Formats: sequence, structure tokens, C-alpha cells
Amino acid sequence: MTLRSWSLLPVRLVATVLLGAPLGIVLVYSLLTRGDYGGVEFPWTAESFTRLLDPLYLGILWRSLWIATSATVICALAGFPLALFIARSGRWRNLWLQLVLLPFWTSFLVRTYAWIFILRDTGLVNTTLLSLGLIHKPLPLLYNDGAVLAGLVYNYLPFFVLPLYATLERLDGALPEAAADLGAPPWRTLWRVTLPLSKPGIVAGSVLVFVPCLGAYLTPDLLGGGKTVMLGNLVQNQFTSARDWPFGAAVSMVVLLVSALLLAAFLRHRTAQELL
Amino acid sequence: MGPVLELRKVVKDYPGHRAVDGISLSLERGRFYSLVGPSGCGKTTTLRLVGGFEKPTSGEVWLDGVMVNALPPHQRDVSTVFQSYALFPHLSALENVAFGLRERRVPDAVKRAQDALARVHLSTKAASKPAQLSGGERQRVALARSLVLEPKLLLLDEPLAALDPNLRGQMRAELKALQRSTGITFLFITHDREEALSMSDELAVMNAGRIEQMAAPESAYLQPVSRFVAGFLGPVNWFGDIGVRPERIRLTTVPGEEASLQATVDSLLFFGNSIQVHVRLNDGPRVSAEIPAGSQVFREGESVWLSWSRADEMRLP
Repeated sequence: MTLRSWSLLPVRLVATVLLGAPLGIVLVYSLLTRGDYGGVEFPWTAESFTRLLDPLYLGILWRSLWIATSATVICALAGFPLALFIARSGRWRNLWLQLVLLPFWTSFLVRTYAWIFILRDTGLVNTTLLSLGLIHKPLPLLYNDGAVLAGLVYNYLPFFVLPLYATLERLDGALPEAAADLGAPPWRTLWRVTLPLSKPGIVAGSVLVFVPCLGAYLTPDLLGGGKTVMLGNLVQNQFTSARDWPFGAAVSMVVLLVSALLLAAFLRHRTAQELL
Repeated sequence: MGPVLELRKVVKDYPGHRAVDGISLSLERGRFYSLVGPSGCGKTTTLRLVGGFEKPTSGEVWLDGVMVNALPPHQRDVSTVFQSYALFPHLSALENVAFGLRERRVPDAVKRAQDALARVHLSTKAASKPAQLSGGERQRVALARSLVLEPKLLLLDEPLAALDPNLRGQMRAELKALQRSTGITFLFITHDREEALSMSDELAVMNAGRIEQMAAPESAYLQPVSRFVAGFLGPVNWFGDIGVRPERIRLTTVPGEEASLQATVDSLLFFGNSIQVHVRLNDGPRVSAEIPAGSQVFREGESVWLSWSRADEMRLP
């Protein structure tokens, strides 16, 4: 063994123990039988996975995919103009970037709780609208899909903006000028040049938003009020009140699988990009 | 028909400095013009003002009889070949050339783009992405992309600067031939005096945001209006306000008939087709002369006479 591989040994050990072992445990659990008071027992069975085909659970899977996709699309629609604006704001660039990163200075939990104070019946939005006389009774803003979506978009928007900003910032400034020079008005330049060239940033941002949204637990739990059940909540529920560890592990494996497939597609895209 | 481009007292200020300081010029149709000057003299800014990428602080830009100060680039009938070429990396050579045609909704865009690529000898590279092309090929695509639109005026921003020297020489001839065959007015920006002298019908020498002289290459070279123009377009020996180009100086071992000066040979530099002889006049100043190789042999330290004809003297106005 060379010195290099020796020196990398601790890293490999840590990676194996901290990454591989937990995954292995979850995989093993998902293939065992549930114990009466939690935990797992023999014999081996794939029953947890077949149970996932129950329309109830397929519905939750579908709902999670739908919410995560919506959140990603909204992040893209809001994030693209934002990233473009920051990339083109010259010496104010760093200030805007700092503002995008500002929420990370507080905890995820606190930020999500803050949305309760904004959306609840006696919250900021409703009291403002009531006092303006625009509505006569509070709008049901909290504890529904909309609230979950708002929380997810709010929390994950920076993850879309940052990689996209990095791509846009590297873009050769002469290219939009060349497009204009050839007769393309600004929106056509955006469509034919800027957008296609920012594809790597859009793909990276989408993955960074979609994957955590798919497995989101805290946001649907707090803002969905238990009504909006997503895969993350299902996992949590199986390991606590339902005491069905194998099933919770199986759901986890499905979340992991979907995320991994997406990541693989993303990596293939990147390699294709580099080959061009 | 009036001039294709007219600049009237155009000024461009940036915070803390004036890039273009009151330029006026007028370009006729179908000719090859150069804007030449050292880096930072304002030539690229002038080009950007014509292309519409910058707005003048004061003054007017007229294209084909229309004042275009307020027109954005996409509404101006000029096209630019950028220094970096600015080819769209996600599009093939053919799609790059077709880009402007598609914006204009030209029905046979692909056919026309193919013809334009053929014109710059790149038919075989139509499907290649810019990253797969060599520097010279990229430049041809950029040229084809602009020329296919048949603009009233083609702006070229130091297009040869990034090419290797051999290719550069070849492209000079090719660019000039393209200008002649298309009949489009070219405004060529360069800091290379040889390019400006060899290619242009008329050149404008810029210095510190102003045009010092605009003239045919021969007259600018032989009758410069300022020390700057004289020195920028080629080496000069100054005798007070009289300048003499090195290649106009004759070296002899005996005194000549016209006014001659005695000097000592300092050094000799052989350039293949010519020899640069550096001499020191007996009263001190150094003079350089350029003589055809093989004409006469001088040695370092040898005493020589130098002379020139009155007709070759450049007198500043």
C-alpha cells in the first residue's frame, strides 16, 4: 500500500462506518419482521415492501412526489429571476448573496415556526387583511398543502439560487451582447442563450431542492398540521407510534432509491456537459 | 447616398475618466476602414457606441441617415465580430450562423447559413460545436454569422488578435477579399499598425479618446499630422520638427550630394529581407536606418555618411 492510500484509510473507515453501516442497518431492518413492541425480529420477509403497494401508501408516495415537484418548480420560477438579478447586479452582488444566505444564520425549526405566526388565523397575513377590511373572517392559510409548500419553498429557495447563480456568474458577458447584436430582443436572448446555458445550474438547483423536499418531515409536520402526510412523516410515524420499524425502514429505502435515481440522472447530465 | 455611419462630436464618460473625447467621423459605403490606436485609446468604446452596447454621454450616432442614439443593439442594422468571437457554445456552427436569420424569420435560414459557411470554407464543420473548432475556424464562424445578415456596417473588434502569426497574415488577405466581394462597409478595430496599414482603404489613428488623423494609409504614413501618428504608424528619426523614416535613409561610405551627416555604426540587426543599422551622429543623437539586405556591407564602428532626399522629409503642420 502506498503512503497515499494509508493516509486515506481513516477517511475510508469513517465513510464506511458512518455512511455504509446505518444504510446497511436500515436495509436489514426493512427486510425483517416487526416486533410486538417495536424493534425487529426474524424471519426475513419482503412484506414491508409489498405493503407499500397498498393504495393508501401509494397515495402518500404520489403526494410527496407531487409536493416536492411543485416546490421545485416554484423554486425554479422564483429562483431564476432572482439568480439572474444577483449575477447582474455588479458591486451589489455580494450584498444580495448575503441576504439570500441570511436565513441560514437561524435554525430551520425556528424559521418554520415563524411561518405559523405568519399564516395562522391570528397571524400577520390574516390580521393585516382583516384590519384593511379586505376579508371578514380569517382565511384558512395554515395546516394545508399550501402552507407546506410555502414552508418548503421558503426553506429551500437558497439551494436553488446558489448553484444557478454560480452558473450565471460564469457566463461570458459577450454572449447576450452577441445575441442582441444579431437582432434578438432581450426576452429572446434570455430564451435562446441565457436559459439553455444555465441548464447545469438549473439541474443542480432542482436536485438540491427536490431531494430534501421529497423526504421532508418537519415542514409538513408543523405547517401541515398532521393532515398533510408526506413520506417523511410516514417514516417517523412507523418508528414511533405505529412501532413498525421494518415498514418505516422500507419507506426510507424507497425515498433513498428515488433520490439516488435522480442523482444518477443528474451526474450523467454533468458528464455529458463536460464532454461537449 | 449619404454616409453609412456618421459620428458627430461623440463623447463617452465613465466614472473618473473620458474614454471617447469628441469623435466625429463619416464612413462611406463599401469601403474598408480601420480604427487604430494603442490599448486604452477608446477604439473599442467607439465600436461599442456604434453597436449600441454603450450610450454616448453626448454627441450623435447616425446610421444610414438615421440618428440611432436611443436604439438598442437588436434594432441596429450593424453586426459585430467580437474579439472573443462570442459564439454560442450550446449551438452548432450552422445554428450559430442561422441565429440572426431565425430572429428575422428568414424562411430559408438553414440554406442561407449553409451558403455562408461555404463562403468561409467551413461546410464540413457545420455540425461541430464551437469547442470542437480551432481558433481560426471559430473566427470564420463568427464572420459568417455576421455577414449572412448583410448588415449595412460590419464592426470587427480586433478579430485577428487571438490567432497565431501565420494564420493572422492569411486572414488579413481573406478579410479584405470578403469585404470586396460582399461590398459591406467594414470598420476594423486594431492596435496593430501593420494590419491597419495593409488592409484599409482609410484609417483613423486614435489617441487618448480622439482621432488624430483620418486618411488613406499611404498619406497617414507619409504625411502624418502629429508626432504621435508618425510614431504609431512606424519608426521615425526626428531632426527637430522634421521626421525621416528609417527606410528612407541612405547610408554611404562617402559624402552624398544632398545634405549629409557623418555618423558611426553602432549595431547591425539582420531581418532577412532588410538590415536595421543603428548609427550615432558625430554630435551625439542616434539614428536608425533600414537598408535592403545584401545591398552593402557595413561593420560596427565603421564611419558612414547618411543622407535622404527632401521629398522624404515629414514636416509636422
